[in-house]
Amino acid sequence: MADAVTVTDLVVERGRRRVLHDLSCAVPAGRVTGLLGPSGSGKTTLMRALVGVQRVRSGEVTVLGEPAGSPGLRARVGYVTQSPSVYPDLSVRENARYFAALYGRGARAADDALAAVGMTDAAGQLVADLSGGQRSRASLACALVGEPELLVLDEPTVGLDPVLRVDLWDRFHALAGAGTTLVVSSHVMDEAGRCDRLLLLREGRLLADLTPGELRADAGTHDLEEAFLTLVRRGEEVAA
Amino acid sequence: MSAATAVLNPRLTAATTGRVLRQLRHDHRTIAMMVLLPSLLLGLLYLLWRDVPSLPGQPSVFDRVGLTMLGIFPFVVMFLVTSIAMLRERTSGTLERLLTTPLSRLDLLLGYGLAFGVAAAVQALVTVTVATTVYDLEVAGSLWLVVLIAVVDAVLGVALGLLASAFARSEFQAVQFMPVIVLPQFFLCGLLVAREQMAGWLQAVSDVLPLTYAVEALQEVGRSAAETGTMWRDVGVVAGAAVLALALAAATLRRRTS
Repeated sequence: MADAVTVTDLVVERGRRRVLHDLSCAVPAGRVTGLLGPSGSGKTTLMRALVGVQRVRSGEVTVLGEPAGSPGLRARVGYVTQSPSVYPDLSVRENARYFAALYGRGARAADDALAAVGMTDAAGQLVADLSGGQRSRASLACALVGEPELLVLDEPTVGLDPVLRVDLWDRFHALAGAGTTLVVSSHVMDEAGRCDRLLLLREGRLLADLTPGELRADAGTHDLEEAFLTLVRRGEEVAA
Repeated sequence: MSAATAVLNPRLTAATTGRVLRQLRHDHRTIAMMVLLPSLLLGLLYLLWRDVPSLPGQPSVFDRVGLTMLGIFPFVVMFLVTSIAMLRERTSGTLERLLTTPLSRLDLLLGYGLAFGVAAAVQALVTVTVATTVYDLEVAGSLWLVVLIAVVDAVLGVALGLLASAFARSEFQAVQFMPVIVLPQFFLCGLLVAREQMAGWLQAVSDVLPLTYAVEALQEVGRSAAETGTMWRDVGVVAGAAVLALALAAATLRRRTS
């Protein structure tokens, strides 16, 4: 399977602090790739680099064959930020229709996207009046509406109840089945098991690039949280 | 990538204008304040000068000040509203998201300019109607020209508001750009002290401030029944300053941030 994203020797600095250290990795096309690691490990920074809004110090990020952030990519890449970035003073439907228009799509596409995240019933409500979970879903719908080839989702399931969470993961896999590449970040390790491939980040470095099965086998435990910690400890022993 | 003259897509500009107006429509109190406040404040000025006798052969103080205010209200209001709206886009993450979509920076800024231009037109129609019927404001020229100048002035306020918001990190800072940008232009526009009576260097400063031309254009309309060349030149200067500020705002809007 070809790679939808390749990152080569990416260095990002924020002020004096180096956030990503010579990071290299790849994201396979048509799969759900999980970006996992503790908060502060550089997940969001890497995602911002993929969608082309992160100022980078050096290195290369290639997305769908073009440099990240190229104008030609903007209709092909969808991005959902960690905190829901929709307009609180518009209704859910008005938000979806605006983003649909930006991707050259009509009201029908907006309604479909809202149905996909189970927000049809709340379509007429102002975003400001929604619960946190509903806001996240409205925000997600505004990215789905463009039917992008690459979907970059920063912690999309935070604050969602378990039922909804399972629904969304099913939706992600359905999208991947239809050819969409997804990059989904999470700091909850039990979500790692739902990904096709895992990129484990720690302190701005790539700790591992493997499948959930390989992670379990490698660490000799079924618990992914435990497996991640084993990898971290192993890395520290090597460093010491 | 860094070119401010990135592609312009009228469809996306229009979608953005519609979105900003829809946001406004949900905010009834803001609409009421935008439409009514200038008329009420003008009423206060009318009462203030009603019993003050004017010099024979001179226009009354209210005619002079009131007319000028028709240009200053939309400028100030739209400057404030826009700089806050843009700062909200920045802090809520919607701006970052928009920058990952096919929407160009110029589409976004023009979308704002058009939306608040429409709002300013409504404001100006109401204010001019109230001023000339209820407060008996005397204008020699066409009232449509007064509305036009008010709208161009509002667009200038929008453009400067968008530019100023690029330099504001918080609402506190954004609000304080209002006195920085607006008050010097108001002091030097020729309303408080006639421009001929200013010290030479102050007059030179006044020459490069766009509000000066808006006020002069309004005074021309107030004075002369026929459209004057000076008035059209002044309108052109204000519109040009608005376009320049929009271009600068697009140039300072960074797609990539740290």
